[in-house]
Amino acid sequence: MKRELPLMITAAVGLFMILSFFVPHHVVSVPADFLQSSAIIIVAFGYVLGGANVLKLNAEAIYRRNPGWIYKLILVVALISTVVLGLFDGCNRKGAFLEEGSSSKWIYDQFYSPMSATMFSMLAFYIASAAFRAFRIRTVEAGLLAVAALIVMLGRVPVGSLATSWLPGWLQLPTMQEWIMEIPQNAAKRAILIGAALGVMATGLRVILGIERSYLSGED
Amino acid sequence: MLRFIENLDRRWLFLLMGLLVLLPLLFPLALPLTVSPRVRNFHDAIAKIPDGSTVLMPCDYDPGGIPEMVPMTRTALKQLFDKNCKVVVICLWNGGPGLVDRVVRGVAQENNKVDGVDWVNLGFKEGREAVMQVMGQGIANAFPRDHKGRDTRSLPIMKGVRDYSSFPLLVSISSGYPGTKEWVQQVQSRFHLPMVAGVTAVSAPEYYPYLQSGQLLGLLGGMAGAAEYEKIRNEKGTATRGMDAQSMAHVFVALCILLGNWVQWMKRKGGRA
Repeated sequence: MKRELPLMITAAVGLFMILSFFVPHHVVSVPADFLQSSAIIIVAFGYVLGGANVLKLNAEAIYRRNPGWIYKLILVVALISTVVLGLFDGCNRKGAFLEEGSSSKWIYDQFYSPMSATMFSMLAFYIASAAFRAFRIRTVEAGLLAVAALIVMLGRVPVGSLATSWLPGWLQLPTMQEWIMEIPQNAAKRAILIGAALGVMATGLRVILGIERSYLSGED
Repeated sequence: MLRFIENLDRRWLFLLMGLLVLLPLLFPLALPLTVSPRVRNFHDAIAKIPDGSTVLMPCDYDPGGIPEMVPMTRTALKQLFDKNCKVVVICLWNGGPGLVDRVVRGVAQENNKVDGVDWVNLGFKEGREAVMQVMGQGIANAFPRDHKGRDTRSLPIMKGVRDYSSFPLLVSISSGYPGTKEWVQQVQSRFHLPMVAGVTAVSAPEYYPYLQSGQLLGLLGGMAGAAEYEKIRNEKGTATRGMDAQSMAHVFVALCILLGNWVQWMKRKGGRA
C-alpha cells in the first residue's frame, strides 16, 4: 500500500488534469484550479526543504573539515544571514523585503547582483580560450559546423555587414547567416521540439499509468 | 612561431578579449546597424495595440542577463509608456525581482508614470508553469500582493484586469527557463494571447519555429536585437553602444578558431613530412 497509494493518487490527478484541459465545466475546472494553486504552495515548501538540505550537507562537510570547507562555511553564513535579515525585513515592511532601503535589497544589490553578472561575463574569456584550444576541425561535419558558426557569428554583428557590403547580396554575411538560421537551423530545431514534446507526452503517460516509478524513492 | 602560438598562455587571450571589449566601449566605432524583420515586427506589434491598454510584461531574468535583457526591457517600456499603456510586470526568476524593479521603476520615473496607476510590479512567484496557469484563473489569484506588499486588487491599475483576456499583448523578456518558451506553450497556445518576446542571443534560435508558426509576432535576439530596436526608436542606449564591443569580441573568437586550427593543421602537416 505504501507504493500503491502514491501511484493511484498520481494516476487520478494526472487523468483529472488532462480532463480539465478538455472540459471547461465548473465541476471539473474548479477542483483543477484548486490543484494548480496547491502546486504553487507545495513548490514554495520545496525552498524550505532545499534550504534544510543545503544546511545539512554543508554542516557535515564543515564539521569533518572536508576539502574546501571554508567555502561551505561562507555559504552557510551567507544563507543564514540572508534568511534572517529577510525575515526581519518581511516583518517590518509588511512583506516588502526587497523594497529600497531594506537589508535584503542591500545584499541583493551589493553581493548577488555583481557576483551573478561577473560569473556570466567571464564566459566571454573562456569562450575565446576554448575557441583557440578546443574547436578542432578534424572531420567534414566539424568543418561544416565551423563554417556555419563563423558565418553566423560574424553575420549577426555590424562588422560582418560592413566587411562584406561590397559583395553581391546573397554573398553578404548577414544574408548567409539569415538563410542558415531560417532554413537548416529552423528545420532542425523544429524536429527537436516535436521530438521533445512527444517524449514529454510518453513520459507523462508512463507516470500516469504507473510504468515510470523513478519519482518514488529512486526506484526505476 | 608555430610553437609560440601553440604554447601561448591563455591569459594573453583573456587580456586581448578584455581590451577588445573595453576599448570600443570607451571609444565607440559607430558601426552601422541593419534592422531585421523580426525586430521590426516586435516594434510593430506593440505599435498596433490600442493606446492606453494594459499590457502584461513578464521579465524573467537575473543579473547575469543585464547587458542583453535590460536594454530591451527599457526600450519596450518606453514604447509602451509613449502609447500611454499601463504595464503589469511580473518575474518568475527568483534572482530577478530586485533588478527588474529597479529597471522598471527607473523608466517609469523618467516618463512620469505613477506606481500602482500606470504600472505595477507584482514581483516574484515560485511555481513556474503552474503560476502561468493560475494567472489564467485571475492575475490576482496568483499574485495577491505586489512587490511592495500592497493588496493587488486594491491598486487602480488592476481595476480592469481580471485574467489574460484583459491584455491585448504579452511582452516576454526572458533569459531561459521559465521564460518565453513556457509562455508560448502554457499561455499563448491555450489562452490565445498575442505575444512578442525578447530573449538572449544564445537562446534565440530556439524561438524561430514559434516565430514562423505565428505564435510569436516578433523577436528580439540578444544585444543585437536590442540595438536594432533602439535604432527603430531613434535611441542610443546601452545595446547600441555595446554592439561595437560585441562585434570585436565575435571577430576575435572567429580568429581564435581559425588560428587554433591553423596551428593543428601545420603540426599534422609537419608530422606527416
